[in-house]
Amino acid sequence: MNISRRHLMILLPAAAVAWKHVLAGTPADSPNYQMSEHWWGMLIDIPKCIGCGNCVRACQTENDVPDGFFRTWVERYHRSDWHLENPEVISPDGGKEGFPEVQAGEEGMFFFVPKMCNHCADSPCTQVCPVGATFIAPDGVVLIDPEYCLGCAYCVQACPYGCRYIHPTKKVADKCTLCYHRITKGLTTACCEACPTGARQLADLKNPNDPIHEFLKTHTVQVLKPQMATGAKAFYNGLDGSVR
Amino acid sequence: MSGMKDAGHLFRFAGLFVLAFLVFLVVRTYVVPKSFGEYGHYRGAAIGEIASRPIKFAGHQTCETCHADIADTKTKGAHAHVNCEACHGALAAHADDPMTVTPVKPDTAVLCAQCHTASAAKPKDFPQVDPADHSGGVPCETCHNPHSPIIGSDSGASAGSGSSAKTAKGGAK
Repeated sequence: MNISRRHLMILLPAAAVAWKHVLAGTPADSPNYQMSEHWWGMLIDIPKCIGCGNCVRACQTENDVPDGFFRTWVERYHRSDWHLENPEVISPDGGKEGFPEVQAGEEGMFFFVPKMCNHCADSPCTQVCPVGATFIAPDGVVLIDPEYCLGCAYCVQACPYGCRYIHPTKKVADKCTLCYHRITKGLTTACCEACPTGARQLADLKNPNDPIHEFLKTHTVQVLKPQMATGAKAFYNGLDGSVR
Repeated sequence: MSGMKDAGHLFRFAGLFVLAFLVFLVVRTYVVPKSFGEYGHYRGAAIGEIASRPIKFAGHQTCETCHADIADTKTKGAHAHVNCEACHGALAAHADDPMTVTPVKPDTAVLCAQCHTASAAKPKDFPQVDPADHSGGVPCETCHNPHSPIIGSDSGASAGSGSSAKTAKGGAK
């Protein structure tokens, strides 16, 4: 085919217009869902977390997460008054069955930190995938195509937050999808649905009416490992400086 | 034109490259999925496939369409912000087929303790008890209505509606 410069000048804008339509496309079973109208994240309110493990159990139920693997888990930090930078962190079975008792009179501060995929806007995991099996969807959710994944586990190593694992039977990378099958139907994620204290809240950063905007304005909100410039979208309120 | 004659082997070599490239193009059109590159360097159809996975948690809005009386009791109590399935578990199957899939009522002696067992790691303003000391193993619902747990608050909340009052008593059975 012969494309003259003149034809190219006509084709390029046409392609740009087509691309816009492509971006506005809709996932199969959610006819009213427009990917281009959302930019998903999560708000995690540390002072509200009671470490009940409801989110971990709900996630495992909703997503058939195999035993011993976690798409979300809860860590309990013990930040001693003497070693501010070296907290003791435990997460027995991901916090699914609760935590051991805190001895009375123990010095330092105890608190819970729920962890999950940060759905980074500049995610290291998608950058290293050699086959394009993991990607950032047009609505900001980092997803894995299980049909395309080779199970090479580069992404498992690349994630600075340790959010990925190789599925023991499917032998492909797996992680939090931000309950993509729920949020595209107008529901919230399973962990947010099950959280009894509202410590986790799904946030749509492109929705001007989402309470996240007011919250970000009025609270001191931090992301995990900001020095890694991952563009993390799991926003932590009341995060202690010792959390890694 | 002896120069051209000497370069003949180069043309054959170039021809091999062109042939290999054509074979590559043909193979690629068969191997690469149709939707690859639709949105970026990945299979666009994967988005729809992930979005169409089945749900297990129905969501509190779904519960409230049938159980409006309980939702009403709940909104007036201390558990207003606790969604139904936080305690009752994933019940999309029940919402789909309420007649055959009947949920099991949670054991409050175990369930309530999951959140309300005292721990120094929990926020100070969160209501916490030592379950053994507080009730000695008696199910929590003996005294508390789980849908409006502060004792005395549920009777006030349910005074307006007969069905809610029934639910409150049912919860304390």
